[in-house]
Amino acid sequence: MKRSIVFDQQMIVFLLFAVIFIAFSLFLPGFFSIGNVVTLLRTVSVLGILGLGMAVVVIGRGIDLSMIALLTVPTALVLSLAGAGYGLGLSLLAGLGVAAAVAVLNGILVAYAEIPSLFATLAVGIGLAGVGQSGLFEYDIVPWPKSLDTIAWLGRGDYWGIPYSVFAFAAAAVVVGTFMLKTRPGLFIYAIGDNPSAARIAGISVRPMMIFQYVISAVISVFAGLVLAASANNMDTRIFNLTWIYDVILVVVLGGVGLSGGRGGALNVIVGTLLIGTIINGMTIMNISYEVQNLIKGVVLLIAISLDSVINPRNEETAQQGDI
Amino acid sequence: MRTRKSGIGRKMLKALATVASVTAVLASGASKVLAQQSMDDPARAAYYQQFKGKRVVFVPVFMGLDLTEGWSRAMKLQSERLGYQYEVRNSNFNTAAGAQTLTSLISEKPDVIVVQNPDVTSYAKLLQKAEAAGIHVIQLNMKTNTLTYGFVGANVVQLGELQAEAVVKKCGPSTSGKVLILDGPPTSPFSAYMQYGYDNVLKKAPGITVVSRQSTGDYESAKAKSITQVVLQQHPDLCGVLGVWDNTDVGTAAAIKEAGKTGKVFVTTSGGGGAVSCKGLEDGSWDFYVSYDVPGQARDLTDLVSAALQDKEKVGTNKIVLYTPLISYTKDNVKEQSCWVLDNIH
Repeated sequence: MKRSIVFDQQMIVFLLFAVIFIAFSLFLPGFFSIGNVVTLLRTVSVLGILGLGMAVVVIGRGIDLSMIALLTVPTALVLSLAGAGYGLGLSLLAGLGVAAAVAVLNGILVAYAEIPSLFATLAVGIGLAGVGQSGLFEYDIVPWPKSLDTIAWLGRGDYWGIPYSVFAFAAAAVVVGTFMLKTRPGLFIYAIGDNPSAARIAGISVRPMMIFQYVISAVISVFAGLVLAASANNMDTRIFNLTWIYDVILVVVLGGVGLSGGRGGALNVIVGTLLIGTIINGMTIMNISYEVQNLIKGVVLLIAISLDSVINPRNEETAQQGDI
Repeated sequence: MRTRKSGIGRKMLKALATVASVTAVLASGASKVLAQQSMDDPARAAYYQQFKGKRVVFVPVFMGLDLTEGWSRAMKLQSERLGYQYEVRNSNFNTAAGAQTLTSLISEKPDVIVVQNPDVTSYAKLLQKAEAAGIHVIQLNMKTNTLTYGFVGANVVQLGELQAEAVVKKCGPSTSGKVLILDGPPTSPFSAYMQYGYDNVLKKAPGITVVSRQSTGDYESAKAKSITQVVLQQHPDLCGVLGVWDNTDVGTAAAIKEAGKTGKVFVTTSGGGGAVSCKGLEDGSWDFYVSYDVPGQARDLTDLVSAALQDKEKVGTNKIVLYTPLISYTKDNVKEQSCWVLDNIH
């Protein structure tokens, strides 16, 4: 097969990122410095980690809208248990246990009850957030307790000038990338995403694998939650009500992980995250107002998707069954 | 020493015994007369009677915050004391849901609606409609651009002025004079009115440069942190931050601490004066804090609710504004502040 540069969405977004990055570096004083690039990465590291979790599910032809609830409630649980003196290990175990249980529920609803993942995870997410808000915690903003300071480095401090949260993103990317491309379950998820019926005929246990992919995204959510909470010094469970989940979908889709499943990987998420990070960072330096920032984010997504469908038009050959 | 003390004790005991016996004699003689002269407070029965069957509904922007939980606890306790029916309809940071709640309340016709407005315009029309339907509307801390029966809350313009004055004082000619302003949602009363207060002071302070004015979205501490990080990167000599709310500025403070600039950047913020306010001053998260005193607001609020329930006039005749006296907390006076927790609210 002849190897040439493929202008798929990942490439388009990478070029878009490169163009914007170079333009900011040339015309925006203060943008191109090691300090600012590190800050840029730190700003989007939690978003990137969440994107990796979402990518696993999306590649398996699902979507996990409960990720933000899974980020907030189990993490807040870890924080409040540790604050009440239950010790690091037990608190972490409880948080991860709750997250895994909710993920299994997600998986069962999607794989066995065959409810579309869009609805199942939306409902489960709202339910979990509701449980959190209806009195699991004293206040909706749970402070980071002193007893968890042993793992506070997750979101604070740096090593040779590079913040640990960036390392956390990098580590998550390596783990997810290796898992998806080098291990059997990872490749099974690709197969299921590409064509579930064919995967089943080939002998893959499709339904348990689907549950497994939601457990992966849940565990990644809790990891992202701990990084976020350590960094902000509290866990603000109200963020469930905000538009974060769209940002997560944005970096995944923008990077070129197809919503119809089976395509993309960790690299796509990194590219998508870098683009969003660069735009947010540049706009903050330029002191652009909040509403205009949202508008620009939307326009960039639209440009990326439009370019993709112009360069790679959909037809009978490229379209997949079950395209959203 | 001991003998003298016990001597005094004995004398006191003797005196007390005398007083007690005299009182006993007098009381036994006079009890019949007094019993006839005791009387009930004539206002009492009617006072408690009028609250029976009345209904008060609280429509907050969001429950689960120290502010809303504090106010709500005060109304809940009052409702138990006075015997009216109290309920909370949480709009969960969703303006559309809040508007829907208000619309259905207009037809349900409770006696009083206590509402916290997410922004300066969204509910304004609905609140007027509710008043036209004969419901007393009390706006709480976050105010629309129209007045209803009552408003209880901070004078947010003054709040902004206090914070800005503290920053101007700190960021004098010997400093860079660079200031970062953090907002809430762009149309929130706490953004719009607070900015006005800032501008009132800052425009008279020529040495001050506002290097960035950014919204923290829906008061997100993570967003406050990332904005502060970017701005500190661009302006390492940043002098002051005009923060928006204590819970949000936990993120602001985290960014400053990570950059190793605690104590070098002067952070001002504001809030209800709860436990987090004192903790932040003590651990150096912020240097100046304006409290709108939730326990005080809770008393103002419950008094106004009680007045509304007793009001016989047509709704809209009276418009009462009760601005909360603001209290400035600094490191020097933090020990004297109450820094309430939920159990302190009555």
